[in-house]
Amino acid sequence: MGALPGDLKYTKDHEWIRPEADGSVVVGITDHAQQQLGELVFVELPEPGRAVAAAQACAVVESVKAASDVYAPLAGTIIAANEALAAEPGLVNSSPYEQGWLFRLQTANAGLEGLLDAAAYQRLLDAEG
Amino acid sequence: MTRRTPLYERHVAAGAQMVPFGGWDMPLRYGSQIDEHHAVRRRAGVFDVSHMTVVDVSGAGAADFLRRLLANDVARLAPGQALYSCMLNDSGGVIDDLIVYRRASRGGVAYRLVVNAATREKDLDWMQAVAGTFAAELRTREDLAMIAVQGPSACDLAGPLLPDAVTTAARELAPFSAIEVGNLFVARTGYTGEDGWEILLPADEAARLWDALLEAGVTPCGLGARDTLRLEAGMNLYGQDMDESVSPLVSALAWTIAWEPAGREFIGRAALDRERVTGPAARLTGLVLAERGVMRRDQRVVTRAGEGRITSGGFSPSMNCSIALARVPVAAAGECEVEIRDVLRPARLVRPPFVRHGRVLVT
Repeated sequence: MGALPGDLKYTKDHEWIRPEADGSVVVGITDHAQQQLGELVFVELPEPGRAVAAAQACAVVESVKAASDVYAPLAGTIIAANEALAAEPGLVNSSPYEQGWLFRLQTANAGLEGLLDAAAYQRLLDAEG
Repeated sequence: MTRRTPLYERHVAAGAQMVPFGGWDMPLRYGSQIDEHHAVRRRAGVFDVSHMTVVDVSGAGAADFLRRLLANDVARLAPGQALYSCMLNDSGGVIDDLIVYRRASRGGVAYRLVVNAATREKDLDWMQAVAGTFAAELRTREDLAMIAVQGPSACDLAGPLLPDAVTTAARELAPFSAIEVGNLFVARTGYTGEDGWEILLPADEAARLWDALLEAGVTPCGLGARDTLRLEAGMNLYGQDMDESVSPLVSALAWTIAWEPAGREFIGRAALDRERVTGPAARLTGLVLAERGVMRRDQRVVTRAGEGRITSGGFSPSMNCSIALARVPVAAAGECEVEIRDVLRPARLVRPPFVRHGRVLVT
């Protein structure tokens, strides 16, 4: 597994968060998460406009193996979902940090408090073995 | 401590994701599970199934023992033939499903049983208990490995790797039959809905055959592909589509019960006879999801004739949609709905198999 992108934040639920210039964040699942899930065959994404609480389940990724919830890493409002995943859910596997992003969230938590940096997330992965 | 098959090192070296399965450490997938699936449908794949339990049955009472133990009737078997059967408890519930082979030229009448890995101890205890009243000897074959080669090109690719004396005979085998030469046992059986062989051989020879198969271009396949292939083929998985609480009659396995001769008192017969008179309460059938999404085990199925449950569900790589097996009311047919995460999604009841010999059979 390659090094974790240092410009992203992470959650213990294996999501990544990329802060954007406009103050919103883009959310996806980590390379580790997609490897554990196996090939994705269906992704259910939240509708733009939906308000979500931190840690609330708001998307579902289904692999050949199982369905897994994806949680909102921060409270906010969904402002976009990655529609390319409807036709090609495998983008999450092939490009977890770029083309396989899941949704974009407008959040009031500008400091992204409570999220892990790459080093802290790496320690979590090491501890999980 | 999980057990390892003679091919464990080969799996790890090939980069397999190993998972615990029925007390064994087994490969889930080597790379892409979907590619492994397609390899079996289009060309050939190989599975390590050495975790399955092989039990040889011999002795003067072997046939009588199996005619008591199994719902199907080994009296139907000529030497070299095999049949699929359930092993039932007294109330007609399925203790396990298995394949029984009648072995040729073994001095007297002898049989070979292949049963599931996860049910090993339960099965062996039950068999021993039943065998006690017959002159039958049971021997588990820890010394054997089992390799399944499956797919339209499986026999073409694997044939040249077997001894010449075996290859010709193996290629001529009818489905559900087997040949045995020395300590090599080749059966035209499998769990994928494709042509192919299940090969039993001494454990210390397994790695050499495995390597040669990969060298010949056969794709190594894990438990993941094995499950999507068997689901497409409409084959039951023990512990999901049947178990001790249900009979073969509600598990789409009535065809495996040998009712004749009426005097054969196999275990579970009295319960099945009663169920047959009253009529089974449910049936196991197939489902195709009309929308995107994935059906999973235990989801609720709503039909016009009442409700049912999914017993096995997943994604079909051959059909590029979700398929499932479900136990539904006997009268249920046609359109229905499946509850996936609190939402009812449209689906359709169909008759399995979904895919066989590379062809999609339901539209």
